[in-house]
Amino acid sequence: MAHTEPRFHVPAPHVRPGDTPDFSHIAIPPAGEAKRPATDVAGMETRDLALGLVRVLDHNHQAVGEWDPKLDPDVLREGLRHMVLTRVFDDRMLKLQRQGKMSFYMKSTGEEAVSVAGAMAMQNSDMVFPSYRQQGILFARGRDIVDMMCHCISNSRDNLKGRQLPVHYAWAEGKFFSISGNLATQLPQAVGYAMACEYRGDGEIAATWIGDGSTAEGDFHGALVLASTYRAPVIVNVVNNQWAISTFQGIAAGEAPTFAYKGMGYGLASLRIDGNDFLAVYAATQWAAERARAGHGATVIEHFTYRADAHSTSDDPSGYRPKGENEIWPLGDPVERLKQHLIGLGEWDEERHAALEKDLNEMVIASYKEAETHGTLHDGPLSPVESIFEDVYAEPDWRLRRQRQDLGV
Amino acid sequence: MAKMNMIQALNSGLDNMMERDPDVISFGEDAGYFGGVFRVTANLQTKYGLDRSFDAPINEAAIMGMAIGMAAKGLKPVAEIQFADYIFPGLDQIVSEMSRLRYRSAGQFTAPVVVRSPCGGGIRGGQTHSMSPEAFFTQVPGVQVVMPSNPYDAKGLLIAAIESPDPVIFFEPKRLYNGPFEGHSGGALSSWGKHPKGEVPEDYYSLPIGKAEVVREGSAITIVTYGTLVLVAQAAAEKAGIDAEVIDLKTLVPYDLETIARSVNKTGRCIVAQEAPRTSGFAAELAAQVQEECFYALEAPIQRVTGWDTPYPHAHEWAYFPGPDRFINAMNAVLEA
Repeated sequence: MAHTEPRFHVPAPHVRPGDTPDFSHIAIPPAGEAKRPATDVAGMETRDLALGLVRVLDHNHQAVGEWDPKLDPDVLREGLRHMVLTRVFDDRMLKLQRQGKMSFYMKSTGEEAVSVAGAMAMQNSDMVFPSYRQQGILFARGRDIVDMMCHCISNSRDNLKGRQLPVHYAWAEGKFFSISGNLATQLPQAVGYAMACEYRGDGEIAATWIGDGSTAEGDFHGALVLASTYRAPVIVNVVNNQWAISTFQGIAAGEAPTFAYKGMGYGLASLRIDGNDFLAVYAATQWAAERARAGHGATVIEHFTYRADAHSTSDDPSGYRPKGENEIWPLGDPVERLKQHLIGLGEWDEERHAALEKDLNEMVIASYKEAETHGTLHDGPLSPVESIFEDVYAEPDWRLRRQRQDLGV
Repeated sequence: MAKMNMIQALNSGLDNMMERDPDVISFGEDAGYFGGVFRVTANLQTKYGLDRSFDAPINEAAIMGMAIGMAAKGLKPVAEIQFADYIFPGLDQIVSEMSRLRYRSAGQFTAPVVVRSPCGGGIRGGQTHSMSPEAFFTQVPGVQVVMPSNPYDAKGLLIAAIESPDPVIFFEPKRLYNGPFEGHSGGALSSWGKHPKGEVPEDYYSLPIGKAEVVREGSAITIVTYGTLVLVAQAAAEKAGIDAEVIDLKTLVPYDLETIARSVNKTGRCIVAQEAPRTSGFAAELAAQVQEECFYALEAPIQRVTGWDTPYPHAHEWAYFPGPDRFINAMNAVLEA
């Protein structure tokens, strides 16, 4: 017999399937209101920023306030292109997954600004330790799209030799660390890497991304302890997209007022920002990168955003949240907002946008055709089967040599 | 040559490598200023500075993760886990990350970390300071697993581990830190100074990972073991007057099957021994492999000498520890079969 009243507290979202989507409980402070402190500010002095919400683009799509990074229109157009490409790529890959061309896919719809603006505000020589929804970084850093697709369909040109699930990219040349799939493990690694940057004195820094749900992992705590203790030049991005598969953010947040506020417990500079605002993400990352490079340590950035689509192709959100939530997300859509900002500046128009979408769509379709010439998951060619015994160790030992013989390859 | 105990030998190996290679750094809980609870990292901070020998917060997962990140950048971290019993919070970082980074990135990223950790019982450590968890790590493709049994090997193998392009889990049998141990709980502590393997060069040298050594030649029976039990097995054979050949495995992954098979094919009898609990221990792997390789040479079933399938008890630790009498019983059983 179920008790109608729970005997201990279990947080629950405001609405569930069948309810009317409603975000009226989320307080959205006006754009331009947040102060931008000097990058050498003591971590604890960012308390208001950890509790507030850094926003640059206002409801009229104008850039306002101290956090406006005042970017050149060329940079804004480049950012828009990367975001549109990310979305077009994701949409195409979803279709291909539904056609059985790949085993699995994860879109980043609605979160394109988090990864694209974050990557653009760093140096390409800075190492990134992403989670699985930051493919926008790859576009921003210029990864070959055919290569990305070859990985996703695990064919003979997959640079990971078919060893990883789709979207679990690794690209050393682009300083894009290997995505694990186990959650939060990349955080202490990013801190260690950042410490090694300082040790080498090469001026590089590291950045990492984690979801709201994974902040509950011990590695989040451990990484923040390390980052604080050793004042590591690292940016810890918490992508609060409200949902960890089917679990709403409150299950990880508990009584914490924001995810950024968790950084306060470690004395770290902590910012909560509008993750759907390209300029806010750019400005916050730029601030944190400058702080890190100057030796003032780590920054925790909570990107307040919304996972507009399913967690993955294995997920159906209609089972746990109302339909249409993303359409009323109070912070809008990151692509649309940057587009309108550029239009407002007189640096873009609907025709050019439509042409960009068309061009990128055609490019993605053509790229997939090319990717398939290197093989498909079902019909091959794949990487040679004997490659399963490679890269376990620098050199295979006698056990692996024997086992390869046992497999007959 | 100098006379060194295992602590001094390990310290000397770290010293040599930190001297030679500025990318080698050492850290762990109490491993910086104080030099480690067992003093293995003593004086390294004074000699090489705070950023090359430092104290870590008490978070083994963070220590492992930090080491992986550093190694990915090209440093050669030697991370101490204060007791092998404490390694489990760091297991995800070892099993899912360190070991597989080369594989899952198809060689683009690697994490050649050395994880040093004192293991084993016989020091009245109770259930949280006595474990021998090596078998867990032998189940993890991508890491090498090493356990020396004396100062000379400890230094040479630690240097090899630091130079290895692969991650190495380096277990140090702490019962042997200060002297050889023959398994008699009440006996006086003997000194490495009187043992030939306590003669250790002060300069750099390395010993090959993956190479076992016949430490006692014999023709009646082969005992394959590693760590503390290497000395116990030798003492037991002496005491019983049995012509046993004792193999010190030194490396568990990849283990030296050739040396084992050569010996068993000669003696026709085999005991495999470990201090860890019996079920699914590394001795089980050795027994399986020996019967695959040497079945037609075997004249008796392979026997295991192991700890019991219990946690390591405190008051009754000598009832748990596989001492000389358990070896003698096993040898008699194999010889009589």
